[in-house]
Amino acid sequence: MLHTILTVILVSPLIGSMIAGLFGRQIGRKGAHTVTILGVFISTVLAAYVFKLFVLDGHAPYNASLYTWFQAEGIKFELGYMIDSLSATMMLVVTFVSLMVHIYTIGYMDHDEDYDHDNPYYQRFFSYISLFTFSMLSLVMANNFLQLFFGWEAVGLVSYLLIGFYMKRESAIQANLKAFLVNRVGDFGFILGIAMVFMYFGTMDYQEFFAGLNAQVGKTISFIPGVEWSVITVMVLLLFVGAMGKSAQIPLHVWLPESMEGPTPISALIHAATMVTAGIFMVARLSPAYELSEVALSFILIIGALTAFFMGLLGIIQNDIKRVVAYSTLSQLGYMTAALGASAYAAGMFHVLTHAFFKALLFLAAGSVIVAMHHNQDIRKMGGLKKYMPITYWALLIGSLALIGFPGFAGFYSKDSILLAVHEADVWGSGFAYILLLAGVFITAFYSFRMFFIVFHGEESEYVKNHHIKESPWVITFPLIMLSIPAVVIGIPLVGPILSGSYFADAITVFEQHNVLHEIYMHHFVEGGALGMALHGFMSLPVMLALSGVFIAWYFYIKNPAIPEKIKNACPRGYKVLEAGYGFDKFNEIVFVKGALKLGNFFWQKIDVKLIDTGLVTNTFMSVYNAARAMRTMQTGYIYHYAFVMIFGLLGMLIWVLW
Amino acid sequence: MFGLPILSTLVWLPIIGGLLVLFIGRDRPTVAKWLSLAVALLTFVASLPLWTQFDVSTAKMQFVEYSSWIPAFNIHYHLGVDGLSMPLVLLTTFTQVLVIASAWEVIKERVEQYMGAFLIMGGMMVGVFVALDAVLFYVFWEALLIPMFIVIGKWGGPRRVYATLKFFLYTFFGSVFMLVAFIYMYYQSGSFSILDFQAMPLGMTAQILIFLAFLIAFAVKIPMFPVHTWLPDAHVEAPTAGSVVLAAIMLKMGGYGFVRFSLPITPDASMTLDWLVIALSLIAIVYIGLVAMVQSDMKKLVAYSSISHMGFVTLGMFLVYDIVQNTGNAQGSVIGMQGAMVQMLSHGFISGAMFLAIGVLYDRLHTREIKAYGGVVNVMPWFGFFAVLFAMANVGLPGTSGFVGEFMVIISSFKANIWYGTLAALTLIIGAGYTLWMVKRVFFGAVSNENVASMTDLNKREFAIMTALAIAVVGLGVYPAPVIEVMSHSINHLLIQATTSKL
Repeated sequence: MLHTILTVILVSPLIGSMIAGLFGRQIGRKGAHTVTILGVFISTVLAAYVFKLFVLDGHAPYNASLYTWFQAEGIKFELGYMIDSLSATMMLVVTFVSLMVHIYTIGYMDHDEDYDHDNPYYQRFFSYISLFTFSMLSLVMANNFLQLFFGWEAVGLVSYLLIGFYMKRESAIQANLKAFLVNRVGDFGFILGIAMVFMYFGTMDYQEFFAGLNAQVGKTISFIPGVEWSVITVMVLLLFVGAMGKSAQIPLHVWLPESMEGPTPISALIHAATMVTAGIFMVARLSPAYELSEVALSFILIIGALTAFFMGLLGIIQNDIKRVVAYSTLSQLGYMTAALGASAYAAGMFHVLTHAFFKALLFLAAGSVIVAMHHNQDIRKMGGLKKYMPITYWALLIGSLALIGFPGFAGFYSKDSILLAVHEADVWGSGFAYILLLAGVFITAFYSFRMFFIVFHGEESEYVKNHHIKESPWVITFPLIMLSIPAVVIGIPLVGPILSGSYFADAITVFEQHNVLHEIYMHHFVEGGALGMALHGFMSLPVMLALSGVFIAWYFYIKNPAIPEKIKNACPRGYKVLEAGYGFDKFNEIVFVKGALKLGNFFWQKIDVKLIDTGLVTNTFMSVYNAARAMRTMQTGYIYHYAFVMIFGLLGMLIWVLW
Repeated sequence: MFGLPILSTLVWLPIIGGLLVLFIGRDRPTVAKWLSLAVALLTFVASLPLWTQFDVSTAKMQFVEYSSWIPAFNIHYHLGVDGLSMPLVLLTTFTQVLVIASAWEVIKERVEQYMGAFLIMGGMMVGVFVALDAVLFYVFWEALLIPMFIVIGKWGGPRRVYATLKFFLYTFFGSVFMLVAFIYMYYQSGSFSILDFQAMPLGMTAQILIFLAFLIAFAVKIPMFPVHTWLPDAHVEAPTAGSVVLAAIMLKMGGYGFVRFSLPITPDASMTLDWLVIALSLIAIVYIGLVAMVQSDMKKLVAYSSISHMGFVTLGMFLVYDIVQNTGNAQGSVIGMQGAMVQMLSHGFISGAMFLAIGVLYDRLHTREIKAYGGVVNVMPWFGFFAVLFAMANVGLPGTSGFVGEFMVIISSFKANIWYGTLAALTLIIGAGYTLWMVKRVFFGAVSNENVASMTDLNKREFAIMTALAIAVVGLGVYPAPVIEVMSHSINHLLIQATTSKL
């Protein structure tokens, strides 16, 4: 029964996607959104049931195979399910956010400048987001590395298709190619990690992999002769490279800002709420392996902290409303990653969860603004939108408060857990990471409310004055409201179980000496509960930093708007560095893209064409040809010539033999 | 079927059918087309029992036919298939149908000769895969060059003479060494039976020389660096159907040669010289991949991509020795070998599809230059769908056949040597780079010019061809188990042969 339910959850979005995709013209717009929403709705309801079963009722983890992809040398390569608190939670988040995005899309994609109205782009879009839901579900439900990789690549494919959805725009198709290739760099590491799993564990199955971990402790692998590295460290780091691609960690973050070329609903669903958290999910899923390598944990912690800080900093100078939110996503992904590095996997997943709601909310609210602004995304053209769009205003405010970690909001609990965990952790580099993360809190508040104030409170721009701006239709505002609720309240019931470790007890392994969350639980939660934590939060450093960020944003952009310009003029070099995104793009362009093309041209022109073809082949060919030319003169076609030669030949042979 | 021996039917039905088309179809193109299609379909249907009646529990040759042919030299008409060759036979008969269909409206001159050439070629290609007598094998191997030579030389592009000569000389040059090896082994064993060759003892020097002779022959066919330069030229000049047959089937003969001849006949030499094949395979994957990146002609790009993908075939086949050396047992090498075989099938589908897709474009605008296109998907949405699907398969996306073989070979090669795996895995980046960059420039973007704007979407015939290939690509990708099961015993047997010393 459970097996069937899981299969229905997995497959119904796929069926919806195929119907909408292949028969889009026949069933029309209404048919397409009905069938896909129905599919995702079924999944959501059943996922809620599964969530109740595994998280609330504490059902024992369910591990079963769906079918055998193939079998060789006694190793099964299967597709299957591993359902426990971790996957059940992700399933519910994915299906719920996806459902909201599906509904929202009806309003958002109704009119589109890039397509004629009779073009089935609308059906195609629904087909893609349902396909994405299927792919993401197969990723989180997987019980083995093979399926993980399948889901991993499948979400990448849909992301590719959706970033390039406006395929007539050069910027969009440039962005999706870049996204795919950068992700492939991550996958390069990921597949090598899987190859190591295959080599040392002889299995693809998670359970067998976990069971075999202890036997590998102390083993070494040598990439460079004479240099031995721990097998487990190399393996988990290679897998983490995959996570760096998918979850956009420095230096593989470069694709995410440009992914905003895609329509806003998918920015919310794929590039904020779900797909980009796949890397975090993967590390949490494999926590028994990561726990064994302090080196890997340190590395992860530092990468996460760097991403959190430096990507947040870039959010300050963005003027495209979606890009502000995109950089904030990058920065928040950094927080989640840092949590993993501090062995606070549960806190990382907690932030994945709360972030899914408030970031989807932020994106969809931003999308609502974009719709109202007739697909204008520049915040400098907005201003004073509060009175025109009250629902969107409140949605964006709630989302922003959750994002900056205002006490009581969902984001507060998850972010505070991470900060406390990193503070508590004694992995190498945790002191440094903590400072970056703390500074990041201030930056987050600053850029979030900079955007908020400019868009809603600033002076009305000419554009706003001259255009008829109105609140979005209910299909857009309904998802906003639905997402606002968890963005506010979800932290309160969850923080206790997360910190105590009971929430993910069956899914996440943390060693006693790494268990910082439990420390936090004892010191910060036991006494006053969630409410006490929030109250105490008002006096804590992070919240003070956040509030000062809000205040300074207000001061800079409402009270005294001349200041930002002054700062910009005061240090133009610093501004340039930020504007260039620290030069990552330029570096990649020159070294990797141009480098590969140069190398390819060299191989082709100098070796293939010049050395092999002209040098070896044509010269050989020409000498054969010339020889043949010489021989050809002997073939005259006259019988008497041949007869003549034959007779002489025979004579010659006779003489030779007889002598 | 009708009590006829099935393998002979598969060889001779298309050959006789092809001759019939040549005579009956003269000046009657419609008759020629329908007759050819009927023959191709009939052959395909006739080949299906190979799959359904195949005994997966043995590595022995099945559907064997054996009779004397040239008794003076102990040459026999000896046919049979095992798990290695059977899937390739099906790939051939399947591709034949698509090839005939692909030429339907495109070829207007001397239709009967074109169709006849392909049918005859088809029978001979089956012959190569089912022949168990070396002379018979050699006859098919060489004879099928002739129709291909004619197809490229007659219906090819402007530089067709250069391309055909290059193609012919290269492959002929390679095969001669193989013939010499056959004759040597005949003198040693008194038989031309391939199975006898596999069983006969051979000294190290002889093995090395035979191995090298085979290597030259098969490396040209696959093709491997540095004897690969004939392929891009041949593809560029060949008509669509010629490219499809070349990429989907003829290249596979080289790979097949390694598993049928090199590994079982010269196991000790294979062990000694495996580094050579592996090095050339890795060069194919990385170096050729980079060369593919800078091509401006779509056919050249896909041709280089073919070479790069065939690198996985040869890599997967020769991993066993390093795995044994590195880990002490052969665990993992079966997966590499299976990966190589799956990669052959998969590449047959994908490269066939890619060349057919280029053919679809070429039929409309008569150019293969990437820069002549742009935004094609706006005017040809269905074609865009298929093209992106096949491109993703070429990139090795899970769920398509392209992933299966690459994945198996990568994990297996990592076990043989960390660096093999690392270099092979670079294809994830390089392959995506050249394939999707081409897709971007050809299919995406705004409609770039009036010519593109005038293009019409797939007609029913083209749609059917693309659908058949899409089903094959996705089917093999989602559920490879049956194919792997079919090959399983033969591969185990092959690995025993390859690791059992003949000294």
